[in-house]
Amino acid sequence: MSKGWRWSFALAAVVGLASLPAAADYVGPHPWQIGMQEPVTPVAELIAVFHNLLLWIILAIAAFVLVLIAYVVWRFREDRNPTPSKRSHHTLLEVTWTAVPVLILVIIAIPSFQALYYMDSIPETEFRIKAIGKQWYWTYEYPDHGGFVFDAFLKDESELEEGEPRLLATDNYLVIPVDTKITLQVTSEDVIHAWAVPAFGIKIDAIPGRLNEVWIEAKETGTFYGQCSELCGYGHGFMPIAVRVVEKEEFEAWVKQAQQEFARRDGPALAAR
Amino acid sequence: MAQAAAHEHHAPSGLKRWLFSTNHKDIGTMYLVLAFVGGVVGLIMSIWFRLELMFPGMQLTPDPQFFNVLITAHGLLMVFFFIMPALIGGFGNWMVPLQIGAPDMAFPRMNNISFWLTAAGMILLVASLFVGGAGTGWTIYPPLSSQPYHASPAVDLAIFSLHLAGAGSLLGAINFIVTIFNMRAPGMTLHKMPLFVWSILVTAFLLVLALPVLAGAITMLLTDRNFGTSFFKPEGGGDPVLFQHLFWFFGHPEVYIMILPSFGIISHVVSTFSRKPVFGYLGMVYAMVAIGFIGFIVWAHHMYTVGMNTDVEAYFVAATMVIAVPTGIKVFSWIATMWGGSIRFTTPMLFAIGMIVLFTIGGVTGVVLANAAADYALHDTYYVVAHFHYTLSMGALFGIFAGYYYWIGKMTGRQYDEKLGKIHFWMLFIGVNLTFFPMHFLGLAGMPRRIPDYPDAFFGWNFVASVGALIGLLSTLLFFYIVWKTFRAGEKCPDNPWGEGATTLEWTVPSPAPFHTFEKQPVVR
Repeated sequence: MSKGWRWSFALAAVVGLASLPAAADYVGPHPWQIGMQEPVTPVAELIAVFHNLLLWIILAIAAFVLVLIAYVVWRFREDRNPTPSKRSHHTLLEVTWTAVPVLILVIIAIPSFQALYYMDSIPETEFRIKAIGKQWYWTYEYPDHGGFVFDAFLKDESELEEGEPRLLATDNYLVIPVDTKITLQVTSEDVIHAWAVPAFGIKIDAIPGRLNEVWIEAKETGTFYGQCSELCGYGHGFMPIAVRVVEKEEFEAWVKQAQQEFARRDGPALAAR
Repeated sequence: MAQAAAHEHHAPSGLKRWLFSTNHKDIGTMYLVLAFVGGVVGLIMSIWFRLELMFPGMQLTPDPQFFNVLITAHGLLMVFFFIMPALIGGFGNWMVPLQIGAPDMAFPRMNNISFWLTAAGMILLVASLFVGGAGTGWTIYPPLSSQPYHASPAVDLAIFSLHLAGAGSLLGAINFIVTIFNMRAPGMTLHKMPLFVWSILVTAFLLVLALPVLAGAITMLLTDRNFGTSFFKPEGGGDPVLFQHLFWFFGHPEVYIMILPSFGIISHVVSTFSRKPVFGYLGMVYAMVAIGFIGFIVWAHHMYTVGMNTDVEAYFVAATMVIAVPTGIKVFSWIATMWGGSIRFTTPMLFAIGMIVLFTIGGVTGVVLANAAADYALHDTYYVVAHFHYTLSMGALFGIFAGYYYWIGKMTGRQYDEKLGKIHFWMLFIGVNLTFFPMHFLGLAGMPRRIPDYPDAFFGWNFVASVGALIGLLSTLLFFYIVWKTFRAGEKCPDNPWGEGATTLEWTVPSPAPFHTFEKQPVVR
């Protein structure tokens, strides 16, 4: 993407970018997208289903109110209704518009709580990964695979390979096996960051002095992207999260290679920096 | 009212009239001027970053930290130096004494210091921009707002700014409470009080209870920054999340502080131009009281992603959704007020109807965000930006414009241009919808807030939003032309320009309202 002003062909740019063919294996936000990203974990699936329910409910409520207003505006304009009524009470009506919303909220609350407790209860998982937010990159540790550690920085535009989206791709990818429950522990070394991957339905703050936990069970292979989701200073927009979900055998192979490449020489990666 | 002319000689002039003012109308006017200055500066910043976000890549804020400074200053200015001074200091000061038949506020000199503290606070905030600026977001979360991540004195200046503006608002709130409880005209019981006065009363209580908590939190942040304490520093046994609890204990009532006075104005405008009394008056009053109360027990719904205990989250989900009930009562009662009415579509009425429509949209997305299970996906995305701009940039802002057009004849003695007013409404309505509606899509697709550049897939809707912002800018230029034209060549406004629908006491005094009103107490039947 070239920098600078493009007023003169602004429209052309809108149309042009919006119709760019996406690379075949690209999974992530698309131009003119109006809904959520495709879910690839049970948690994200649940969020999508629950949000769909909410969407229909709020669309119905908003439509109901808009229709009422449109009717009132049309029916009771001055020239159509010159003498106003003086009615200012109607107990049954007032009770109704208090009670019905309560019922709707109860209807929302039941699946809401079910979903919340499901997401927040961490099942038995096969191994842990630790993500440490730093200004402005993520450090990933695999304590159950020999404790190798690596950093994931934003990949510069000039180094992007075919199909890698700008501002989302990183130099090293977090790699996890498909169909495997894993625990992700998230913390920070400086300010508050947030680790988020929309396709996983995960967003969890990385807070210094705290260790937050979420669980991930990716059901599809592919590369999935997210961005830091808590304002963290200068590079907040430039510390993406890129996760590669691979077949289990491929993961084992990657682990072997990573253990060599990212081996700890002397303990914590901090010392190396 | 024949006494009007006789009072003119009381009015001092120049420095004495304005700097040392103890007159509720003059102080109200100064608040409105301050608010529009703050609003314009905040608007310029928003246009700046909307232009930056119009295209992918970095164009207008090559330094990302400067982008952070812009969004921070935009938020703080709009909240503390536009919406609050316009609705509470401006219209509150002008109209509360007039609507309850009181000659002035209970503590006129305290009213003066309230205003000047707010003005000083605004100067400090603007000053912070010149020493590096605070790029912390208006929420000033530590550790980002702490040392060494914001080493310049900008954050200290912002903290002092909030201290002063907070102290000013606190004194103002106490003034309103005392005035409303003690200076109502004989016969005006609490249950006969105009809804705008009720809205200011509830708001004042929220301010008295919420602002000291903010003051405490930012004072702790100040000592963390400068004097080696560690309230919020994990390395010293502190906790950054504690700040978030304190901030949002203030911050959530704060959003109702901004919207309740707007509710009050909308009630008057809807009733006036439907030529009907407000439907379900008591329900309206207690809905506001309920919103105010519940507003204090829902704060952690801003913090679902910090890693709270699930039961705690479940509580905040339930409590937050309850707010939809009194809010629904307000919306349905406004519609019922119009039902059977004889509606005149003046500019203030258009703004009022527009506010009801848009606030409803902001309200239902609030129900979505209330659910932690959905918020995990939407937290800190543009969905949240869309939601709170629908409630504030449209709810509160449209309330301000409704109030402005409704009362400007009373305040200046000159009426606005109806045709231009309507054009202003439609331009702004189209502008804000184009700006903020696409943000729902961006948020659902996962675009985070507060980023100066975005992945290319987000380009389309960002472009639309920026076009909307430019239309909003044009409508604001038109608004200032309308203001200028009103002062310059506005038609003389009669005492009651709105006819039989306008039943509150401010329409019984001359236009413009003389320097002193109600020296003889009116009696409410």
